Amino acid sequence: MWAFIHKLGSPKWFYTISAKLQPWFWAAAAALIVTGTVWGLAFAPADYQQGNSFRIIYIHVPAAFLAQSAFVSMAAAGLVFMVWKIKVADMAATVIAPFGAAMTFVALFSGAVWGVPTWGTWWMWDARLTSMLILLFLYLGVIALRGAFSSRDSGARAASVLAMVGVINIPVIKYSVDWWYTLHQPATFSVTSSPAMPMSMWLPLLIMVLGFYSFFTALTLMRTRSEILRRESRKRWVRELVRETR
Amino acid sequence: MPFASVADFLAMGGHAPYVWSAWGVTLFFLLASVWHARLERRQLIKGLKRRERREQAHRAPHQDNAAGGGGHHDA
Repeated sequence: MWAFIHKLGSPKWFYTISAKLQPWFWAAAAALIVTGTVWGLAFAPADYQQGNSFRIIYIHVPAAFLAQSAFVSMAAAGLVFMVWKIKVADMAATVIAPFGAAMTFVALFSGAVWGVPTWGTWWMWDARLTSMLILLFLYLGVIALRGAFSSRDSGARAASVLAMVGVINIPVIKYSVDWWYTLHQPATFSVTSSPAMPMSMWLPLLIMVLGFYSFFTALTLMRTRSEILRRESRKRWVRELVRETR
Repeated sequence: MPFASVADFLAMGGHAPYVWSAWGVTLFFLLASVWHARLERRQLIKGLKRRERREQAHRAPHQDNAAGGGGHHDA
């Protein structure tokens, strides 16, 4: 177990293994997102109340899931970095932050656009909406904090601490729709009960969610690899690798 | 199938501005992420190659000068 963790923490080992995994995640992401897009936009039935604006769910829910999962993975990477000093974890945390922020923005934007025909307003200080906005600010805070130090290690530690503290916001987002039932509807998917919508509606949604997760994994692998090259550029194996790359 | 024609599909039952703007922004961010990651990797490798060449020229300035006709090179 320990040997495995340390192996995983070795940039060279991570670089090699991620090269093998990466294409599979890209292929899965492309196949799932294309299928889910065509299905969700053109073939899934329209909602009997919301009509076709309902189709926004196929991007809104996956983006919101990713926004939160990316934050949790960033905090987990921060913890691993702080406890075991594994540099690759910090590199992953570095590249996860901007994508997580982008997905939070996408969830907020698609939600606002969806709100206009559905709720008659694009924004309200509803608990779910507000906690998602806080998530966006947390992401921006983590990115800014990392850049605010002249020493990379200090920036990495500060960003890790903020991510670990900010993770408190995640359960708040999750339970906000139950604790303060104001505007946003409760969860679509749950582990304990079957979805309230027909399969023709939730299956393309599930496909999109899986597609977004594959995309996130592929992108994180790819950018962590670049981050490894950047930070380890003085190492012999990186220099040899760069020389061999066209 | 919920749509009778392509025009019907594009109109989204009157919800076109909402559906297409939300989807447009999302797909833009996904594609931009891929584009950025590719560009980042290409430029990084290009930069590292350039640095490698520059440092090699520095390590062996005499050979380099001899090959280049004895002129002074500023890397």
